[in-house]
Amino acid sequence: MNANHYLYAAYIATWAIHGTYLYILARKAARVRKDIERLKRSG
Amino acid sequence: MKRGFTLLAIATALLLSFALYAALVIAPTEQTMGNVQRIFYYHVPSAWVAFELFLINFVASVFYLIRRSTKADILALVSAEVGVVFCTVVLITGPIWARPVWGIWWTWDLRLTLTLVLWLIYVSYLVLRRFSTSSQTPLLAAVLAVFGALDVPLVYFSIWFFRTQHPAPVIGGGGSLDPRMGWVLLYNWIAFMCLAWLVCWTRYRLEVAQRAVHESEAMQSLMEGAR
Repeated sequence: MNANHYLYAAYIATWAIHGTYLYILARKAARVRKDIERLKRSG
Repeated sequence: MKRGFTLLAIATALLLSFALYAALVIAPTEQTMGNVQRIFYYHVPSAWVAFELFLINFVASVFYLIRRSTKADILALVSAEVGVVFCTVVLITGPIWARPVWGIWWTWDLRLTLTLVLWLIYVSYLVLRRFSTSSQTPLLAAVLAVFGALDVPLVYFSIWFFRTQHPAPVIGGGGSLDPRMGWVLLYNWIAFMCLAWLVCWTRYRLEVAQRAVHESEAMQSLMEGAR
């Protein structure tokens, strides 16, 4: 493998890790928002 | 508060974009390793940010043990979680850099092994917090965090006191670094610190909201039980 490929792989892996974590956070936030709405409706 | 968050988000996006450009274009090409050395600009700042977050986790855990402060408990949880993300980046980018330079993906070298142990300690901390239902969980987690933090200086100083496969520290370790490389390293460190701060802020607010929801649900169940 070309040495440049390792560089791209490392940079892509870094952003994939951060992106995955942010996606998990976004899903968690959506779930909490839904729970808040449900609690508001049930009074 | 919301405006401050938006400003930080914009500043972080700009800093990360510039830091990426600096790492790929502005930084000079290292003579022996070539372009693959540019992994350094993501690998090293990620390690520094992970150490800083584990330090925050340690301070927050000690504060929790003294004062039983909910805010300190949330801060400890958040900093450990984001710290694990940055430590994962270190453990992934390190072997990708090692393969073309050392000819191997991994070696059971002191620095590498201690970093893996550090990651495992904080993953255990998060597993404990996620799955334990005991009311003593924050206390147990804080104690684990205090002991876990002992590994941070061991990881950092392992390359100062022992001969390891891992190179010596570039700053303060007697190594010489081209000043342009030093500046690019600094930009990336600041950019990743801003990212960590932004993510911690988001995660902190989310944890506060999540705890409020759980409390409301518990109250609702109690009220229904009393009827």
